[in-house]
Amino acid sequence: MTERVAATPGLYPLPDRAKETLSDLKGHQKGDLLSGDESEAIVAEYDEVRATYVDHQLDAGLDLISEGQGRWDDMIAHPLTVHDGVETGGIVRYYDNNNFYRDPRVVDDLGFSGDVARELEKAEDLLADGAADASLAATLPGPYSLADLATDERYGDEAEFQAAVAEFLAGEVEAFPAHETLFLLEPSLVTNPPAEGEESTATDALATVADATDADVVVQTFYGALGEKLYAHLVDEAGADALGLDLVAGDRDDTVYNVQEFGSTDSLSLGLVDGQNTLVEEPETVAERVEWFESQIPVEGFDRTYLTPNAELFYLPTNKYREKLNALAAAAEVLD
Amino acid sequence: MVRNPDANRDQFRPDDHPTDAFLLTTVVGSYPKPKWLNRADELVDDADSKFDESNLEEAHDDACRLITHEHERAGLDTVVDGEMRRNEMVEFFADRIDGYEFNGPVKVWGHNYFDKPSVVEEVEYDEPWLVDEFEFTAGVAERPVKVPITGPYTLGFWAFNEAYPSTEELVYDLADLVNEEVEKLVEAGARYIQIDEPALATTPEDHAIVGEALERIAAGIPEEVRIGLHVCYGDYSRVYPEINDYPIDEFDLELSNGDYEQIPVFEEPELEPDLALGVVDAHTAEVESVEEIKRNIRQGLRVVPPEKLTISPDCGLKLLPREIAYGKTENMVTAAREIEAEIDAGEIDLDNPLADD
Repeated sequence: MTERVAATPGLYPLPDRAKETLSDLKGHQKGDLLSGDESEAIVAEYDEVRATYVDHQLDAGLDLISEGQGRWDDMIAHPLTVHDGVETGGIVRYYDNNNFYRDPRVVDDLGFSGDVARELEKAEDLLADGAADASLAATLPGPYSLADLATDERYGDEAEFQAAVAEFLAGEVEAFPAHETLFLLEPSLVTNPPAEGEESTATDALATVADATDADVVVQTFYGALGEKLYAHLVDEAGADALGLDLVAGDRDDTVYNVQEFGSTDSLSLGLVDGQNTLVEEPETVAERVEWFESQIPVEGFDRTYLTPNAELFYLPTNKYREKLNALAAAAEVLD
Repeated sequence: MVRNPDANRDQFRPDDHPTDAFLLTTVVGSYPKPKWLNRADELVDDADSKFDESNLEEAHDDACRLITHEHERAGLDTVVDGEMRRNEMVEFFADRIDGYEFNGPVKVWGHNYFDKPSVVEEVEYDEPWLVDEFEFTAGVAERPVKVPITGPYTLGFWAFNEAYPSTEELVYDLADLVNEEVEKLVEAGARYIQIDEPALATTPEDHAIVGEALERIAAGIPEEVRIGLHVCYGDYSRVYPEINDYPIDEFDLELSNGDYEQIPVFEEPELEPDLALGVVDAHTAEVESVEEIKRNIRQGLRVVPPEKLTISPDCGLKLLPREIAYGKTENMVTAAREIEAEIDAGEIDLDNPLADD
């Protein structure tokens, strides 16, 4: 029987009070954004934000707890924009959204950073202190998307750059505290897929990162359906325990077709609630979506189905983000 | 199809204009708020303060009078009140349209947020949005007043859509409301309307939706009313030449920021509406010299003749320090007046306007 797990890959909106406190502490300009060596006051504020996120998730009843990534000013480009080998350039558009991030210009070798590991250690402590009956989920950008969002001024070759980003991410994962699941966020696989014949460069890079952990690895794609050929490569070669598929944006029939035609990973992650719309789904609706999707698939069951939002949740106002967490957890209950 | 800009341009030419050539000078709209106005906006929310809504209204009136006169002092042919009463370009309108609700701020980038509203039921017209604002400004201005309105595409796509099967349908309903508002403004005497659609730059493939929305906005609006469309920070080759079919009199573009790399886009086919050319950068805090702005104006003459050229900043100036915004506006007008004199004197080769005279 398929285990249903309610989880999110994080990137939550800052609580409204922290939005004000942090903009007062840091400022509004490009140069004021996080560089990884923030002051004690800023560190303390983010510690509070993290604790709030953990409480929100425990209150909702999620099965996996995310650190929430409140510090990620540049969304999934964060691990590079705080890296010593990277200079931040201009403000550039974040996918097809009215959101912007600092262009990470990779000018030096991408050695070990440890920035994300330090966040996760604090989240792990929060869970241990609260004796919570939920495990930690780690989140990183996938190597393909991170390379796609960055500007390479060091490696000179696209494949070599992707491999270097993957090695860097693998090194970060090795420093992580124990985590049950690792989400690798890969929207660029949908929005700007590798050229035909180049798919294995992307899947090799993913496998490099996946190999660095014993945890279940979810390669979470979003902003629509994957191309069928790339989908097939990802199932077979990315080293993922679960592929994450967006059932809200784009044409979900394309996604069903991919799974029917090319099979799937042993587990699946389904993007079920809309991370980019304030309309909150009823738990029953979410549960129906899971059952509908599973019924389309010609196998008896999966190891696991992850119930997730179809994108990060930072697009939402805080009241609605919390309602989305509640909807996911309640949907998993309905299915049980 | 394009409206008839020749039918409405001359009314903005001042009676005492010193040259035959006339480059219509204008602004996109927003202007830095005086610091005291921001304080006043905060004070009215402070329960301990005696400062109340009527005091705030007085402060807004004072600020509108001040900035309208500041525009006139800079020499502009058409003026705006600097949008002193408006907080943000979507929020301000969403607050006035039935069907929107607010849930709290969302991130744009870094620690910059906006109160992105949600459309939770069919949008409806309630009270006029801008008629009072226009009547006040027209009452204190010596020059004709332009009215900027956030366009329906931006009002639709920069909100969460909870209520409509598609955001396109929402946009068309909003366009009908904008049409109603424009009719009321025209009735109140407005002759220069600018529809702001920055969201088009992020999704140029939707240009047909914007075109259909403009058809609804312009329906029944007489030709002596000038309707402009402002777009900024985009790849214009993806909306051109389609915009030649839009029912507008003027196309207002940010071009200085990109150093006119995109001007050749408009060489072929010929631009049908008038061109409102951005000649000063809205995001650099240095005032461009008159000479530099004159070179920028010549870039516009590559694609339209002087009688189809309007001179404008790239975008709203509200993020600049006020003295920088004023300096840019004043130099912009001086540059336009000098170019007009050079055109009269035959010193500019209009077939090759970048050539040294």
